[in-house]
Order: sequence, then structure tokens, then C-alpha cells
Amino acid sequence: MLSRTADNLFWMARHIERAENTARVLDVAHRTSLLPLDIEGTEAYLWYAPLNITGCAASYEVKYGLARANTVTRYMALDPDNPASIYTCLRLARENARAVRGAITSEMWEIINATWLEVNRLSRQMDDEKFPDYFDWVKERSHLFRGVTLGTILKDIALSFIKLGTFLERADNTARILDVKYHILLPSVNDVGGAADYYQWGSLLKSVSAFEAYRKIYRDVISPLRVAELLILRDDMPRSLHACMNEVEAELIAIDGTAGKEARRRAGELHASLHFGLVEDVFAEGLHEYISGFLENTNLLGREIRDAYLSRRDQFSPAPVRKV
Amino acid sequence: MNTKPTKKYFNEMHTDAGVIREIYQRYAQWQATLPDGALERKSVEAELLFRRMGITFAVYGEADGAERLIPFDIVPRIFGAAEWQRLELGIKQRVRALNAFLHDIYHDQEIIKAGVISAHQVLDNVLYRKEMQGIDLPNQVYAHIAGIDLVRVAENEFFVLEDNLRTPSGVSYMLENRKTMMRLFPELFASHTVEPVEHYPQVLLDTLRESAPPYVADPVIVVMTPGAYNSAYFEHAFLASQMGVELVEGQDLFVHQQKVYMHTTNGPQQVHVIYRRVDDDFLDPLVFRPDSTLGVPGLLDAYCSGNVTLANGIGTGVADDKSTYLYVPDMIRFYLGETPLLSNVPTWRLSESDDLKYVLANLPELVVKEVQGSGGYGMLVGPTSSKAEIEAYRLRILAEPANFIAQPTLALSACPTLVESGVAPRHVDLRPFVLSGKEVRLVPGGLTRVALSEGSLVVNSSQGGGTKDTWVLED
Repeated sequence: MLSRTADNLFWMARHIERAENTARVLDVAHRTSLLPLDIEGTEAYLWYAPLNITGCAASYEVKYGLARANTVTRYMALDPDNPASIYTCLRLARENARAVRGAITSEMWEIINATWLEVNRLSRQMDDEKFPDYFDWVKERSHLFRGVTLGTILKDIALSFIKLGTFLERADNTARILDVKYHILLPSVNDVGGAADYYQWGSLLKSVSAFEAYRKIYRDVISPLRVAELLILRDDMPRSLHACMNEVEAELIAIDGTAGKEARRRAGELHASLHFGLVEDVFAEGLHEYISGFLENTNLLGREIRDAYLSRRDQFSPAPVRKV
Repeated sequence: MNTKPTKKYFNEMHTDAGVIREIYQRYAQWQATLPDGALERKSVEAELLFRRMGITFAVYGEADGAERLIPFDIVPRIFGAAEWQRLELGIKQRVRALNAFLHDIYHDQEIIKAGVISAHQVLDNVLYRKEMQGIDLPNQVYAHIAGIDLVRVAENEFFVLEDNLRTPSGVSYMLENRKTMMRLFPELFASHTVEPVEHYPQVLLDTLRESAPPYVADPVIVVMTPGAYNSAYFEHAFLASQMGVELVEGQDLFVHQQKVYMHTTNGPQQVHVIYRRVDDDFLDPLVFRPDSTLGVPGLLDAYCSGNVTLANGIGTGVADDKSTYLYVPDMIRFYLGETPLLSNVPTWRLSESDDLKYVLANLPELVVKEVQGSGGYGMLVGPTSSKAEIEAYRLRILAEPANFIAQPTLALSACPTLVESGVAPRHVDLRPFVLSGKEVRLVPGGLTRVALSEGSLVVNSSQGGGTKDTWVLED
């Protein structure tokens, strides 16, 4: 496959996944804002979380100052000037898809194109009370894109790069959500089992569609330790770090060829640490430190993938050529 | 020759007496059964389909997202089997002669030696590429993909308006128009036996495969595009995907030891055939325009070494130039020893003083074109131009007469077309796509372009024209 094609497929999937995750984060912030919170300066405190998770707090402050529900929501949902907004992600996904239209199925293209046309229309006229519907819609479009992808595309290298993009991005997002939310929730860590805790940890779980899974697995009060275990180490939880790295490692192995040795090694190492890790050790190291380490490793892995497959190297090192 | 603009034109659906011609009868019966407003509703549906599929063309100089639809008209244009067969023979004959001409002028130049065409006309043409002199191409084919623009002036009289031998576009519209029609009106296709066109990409792939350097058994084929912002990008991506080959940009390719490679996820892979939709000038910055970022340094060297086939070849423009056009009937007689089956539009060369005199005296009735223009830009349509426009154009002609040709204003045939006032006749042309590899092939049909405003003769999409599905009925 052309390196440029692989690059666009990888980023197309990442941008869609990023849009979905941003919608999830905003959705949960909205729900949480409806709950009684015992935290000082509640609104700003609460609404910095989505900005921090997506790394756009600084650019937001320049434009708007203090974090407020409606400005943060608009900035992250529909602002064309915000490089991390849902709007921008969906636009970029569509640009990536357009650049490789031949490599994706027409059904996939139709989903991405129609999504972009709709978000472009919405960006011009959107009432505040419509945002919860909008977040649901973004999630649905992302689900639809994945479903259509799996249902229509040939299971070859193109799908591998799409999945690599999806799961690297998802791992990154789950880790960030856990990190930021955990930080916010720390003041109430001692209050394990309390009603506030139930709602707050519950909203974190909901943001990654893990609330029902938690109850099914643990059948008990929500504790930080178990939340961390579920979202980091359980491989049966679709948005956990472990589940994501399962997919990333498998796809790197599936991409045939001589390139990417170092990427495979790194993915294997990262995967093994999740596979054999203990949640007690995570907490002994400190959750924030653990997650920072994980984010750095996925970042390095992403760079390896870029260098090995996605960039156009100048060097001439011919691959074995078929006899003709 | 009657050069007066005339309201009289050939109506493809109705005779002068208002009787529906036989090939349109079944269609007309079907249309008569439709409830009021049904065609209009389907037309809206068609536009939604095109937009959702992203079948758009970019408009240069407009902001991001300014992708436009070419208006699609949902009334098909219909040809009978017998008239199509006659057309097909004429079109293939013309393309065979054009390829023979290109081979000849880049080799022994027999046609110049025989005095049929002057050395000046060929060798001093800016589109003649001296780099191609003596280079042998597989199957001696230069224009693998040709678009021949035809207009109809009477039941059995067609004229060739121009030959497009560089990077003719529009075939994706031919295919998508058919797909859309089948989706909107399945019952119409059940009641008509329409010759299929959907296999065009397969025929194109076969043609490209046959055109690979002769020593390559299993050639790697790619489509080369200037990029996602090119106005015909949709078509480039569409054809690559339909053929199952990579769509590359110049930045994806490089040349090493006179061979062309593409950057892949598994290292460099050699490429043998490039269906390029990039103009000659931009192909290789080492030889042509040095500022081109669309091309591949060293590509011409690899091409001339016979390690890669370009489709179309380099230097085809000298044969589709509007001044060379005049000689195509002579080429057919010279190379094939045949009588031309399709005629040229009668044309005055303004480089000849008699012709120039006549044209200057009759500008309000004539169409004047630049010899190297395309896309309907820079032409004068006398009957629809103001006095001031005509006088301004006169000055341009006088400055360099040899840059212009003139033709009578043709009464293009008209087909029923859905417009605001209902279904009404509008003028059309036709571009069939001709593929040349080891043999010359043509799928039955082509792209019909239609001038949507009443009385207009300009069908170019850049000038507000639309397209139609083109049917060839089986016997």
C-alpha cells in the first residue's frame, strides 16, 4: 500500500475516534453539571476537565477566559478555529477520506461525507439545548462508520491501518479521561461508597460506556481501584487500555513485511505490561505517573508507526521484487 | 454554405411534424404515465444522490468546500443500434489515424515528406515534443484514452467538433449517470434493452495492461492525479478504485536508475504503467516546468528508456490542436487508405488571407476559437455576442490571426431536457471515450453534455452545462 494512503487511512480513523471521544467527554460534563457537587468554583472546575483531556485549555483561555458550560461546549463541539473540536475532527476525517477515496468503500465515504455535510450545517445554527442530541449523534455516526467499515471493507492492510488509528487514539483518550477525571475526583476519594461518589465515578464510567460493565463484573460500590482496573487492565472492556493494545499489537503483526520491527517490539512490550500488570502496582507507582508513562509510550509507538509505514522516506532500499 | 444562425435544428425526439421518433416512443409512453411533478421529484432525489456520493468538481479559486455538482438531467438521450454502429466505426477510424499520425511525426515523418501536412505545422507547434523523437512506444499507441467530441446536425449527419488526446475527462459522469438512472428508474431499464457501459473500467484496465513495457508479465498500474484539489479529482479516485489500482500523486513516486517506484508501507515498489491525469508540462520538473511540484523528477528519462508507459503518452497535444484538427480527414486517407466516415466541421484557417478576409467580414455569424484553447474559454460565439464584444475580439484576431480558427455556428441537435418550465428541447453534444491498446475499443455510449439555458449552444460544464445518461438501444 502507498505510504500516503496508509497515512490518510490511519488519520481518518483517528479523527473519527477523536470526535467520538470528545463527544463522550462533553456529554458526561453535561450530565455531571446537572448533579449537586461539593466542589468550590464548581462550573469552572468541572468544565476545565474536557479542555484538559483534549489538551486545548490554553487556546480556550486565550479566546474566552474562564471555563463556562456554554462556551466550552461550543468551543469543543463546533468551533472551526479549534484544531481539536468535533467539527475540525470530522472535517479532517473527511479530508483524509477524500484523499484516499479509492482505498475505502463507497459506503464508508458516504457516511463520512454525509457526517461532514451535516456538522457543517449544524455549525451555523445550533441551540444550546440541542447539544445532548448532537453528542449522541456524533457517537452514532462514529459507531456507524465502524460498523460500515467492518461490514464492507476488504480485510487487508487498509483495515489494519484504520484499526491502528482507531485503537491508538482510543487508548490515548481513555488514559487521558482517567487521568483528568481521577484528578478531579481525588478530593472525594476518602468518601468511598458515598452517594456523590457513586454519581461522579459513575459518570466517568459512563463516558467510556463502562458503567454497565462495572456493575456486571463487580456487583459492588464503585471504588477508584476497580475503576482503574477496569479501564486499564481488563481486556474484555472494549475501551480499556489493555483491549486497545490487544488490537494495536495484533494489527502490527498482521501488516506483512519487513518494515516496522521497532513498532512491533514497542507494541508487544506495552501490551505485555498491561497483560501481566497488577492494579496494586499501578497505584503503588501512582495512577497519574502510571498514565503519564503510558501516554509517553503510546506517543513513541505512534512515532515508530509513522516512520516505518506512513512517511515517504528518501532512501532507496528496494524490497524484494517479484521475478518477471 | 449557410452560415446564418438558424432556429432550425434537429430534434432527436420529435420530427418536424411533432411525431415522436421510434427510438423515443417507449420512453415517451412511460413518461406519459408519470403523475404530475414525478420527474421533478426524481430530479431532486438525483441531486441528493450525487451530493451524498460526493460526485463533485472543485471550482478553482473558491474557498474550501466549494465543490459543485454538474447538473444532471434525468431525461436520457437515446441512440438506435444502427446509428450507433455507424458512429462507432467513424470514431474508431479517426482514433486509429490519430495514433498513426503521432507515431509517424515522432519517427519518419512520412506525412510531411508526402506533402500532406507542412513541417511548420507539426514541428513548430509548441505542443510538438522533440524529446519524443525516435522513442518507440508499446503498440505504437500515444493516445490510449481519447475523447472525441461530436455534434449532430441532422438525422444522419455528425461533425467532429474536436479530438481530446491529452487527458480527456468526464467518463466518471458517464458511469455515475447510468448508475443513478438505474437507481431512480429501474422500471425504465426493465422495458428498454440498453447497452451496458459499466464495464468501462475493466476495458480501461485491459488497455493499460496491454500497454505495459513488453518485458513485464504482470505490470503494476497506477492512476496519477495532481491531487485532491484538482477539479477532476473525483474521477481520478473513481477510476483507480474501479480498476483496483493505486491512486498516486507525484510525491508518491520517485525514479531510481531509470525505473519508477512508489513509496509503499513495504518499501519501494516498481510501477510499469501510469495512467496520468497530469499535463505534460507538470510531469517532470527536470525537463518541463521546473516549478512543478506535481511531477516526478526523472520521469521522462525513465519513460524514454522504455521502463514505464505513460497513458496518454507525452506529446499528444500536437495532434488534438485545433489547427492540426483540419488535417485529420487527410490523415485517415493517408495512413488507413480509407474514406473518412465522420466529417470535420467546415473550418476557416485565419492564417490564410482569403479565409481571414471572409471571417472578418462575417464575424457576427461565426464561432471563432483559439487554436490551443479548451473548455469553452476564450471563444467568440458571434450570434450571441454584442457588437462591442465582436469588435474587441476582432482586435485580438488581427494581432495574431494564426492563433485562431473560425467555424459556422452549428445548429446542434436538441434532446428533451427537464427544465423549470417542464420538459423542453435543449442542445447537446456527445463525447465517447475511445480506448487504444492492442486494439481500439469503445463502450456503447459516452457523455452527453447539454446546454441548459434555452437556445444556448455552450455545453461545457465550466460554462453552466449539464450532463445526461446516454443510451444505445440493443437491436
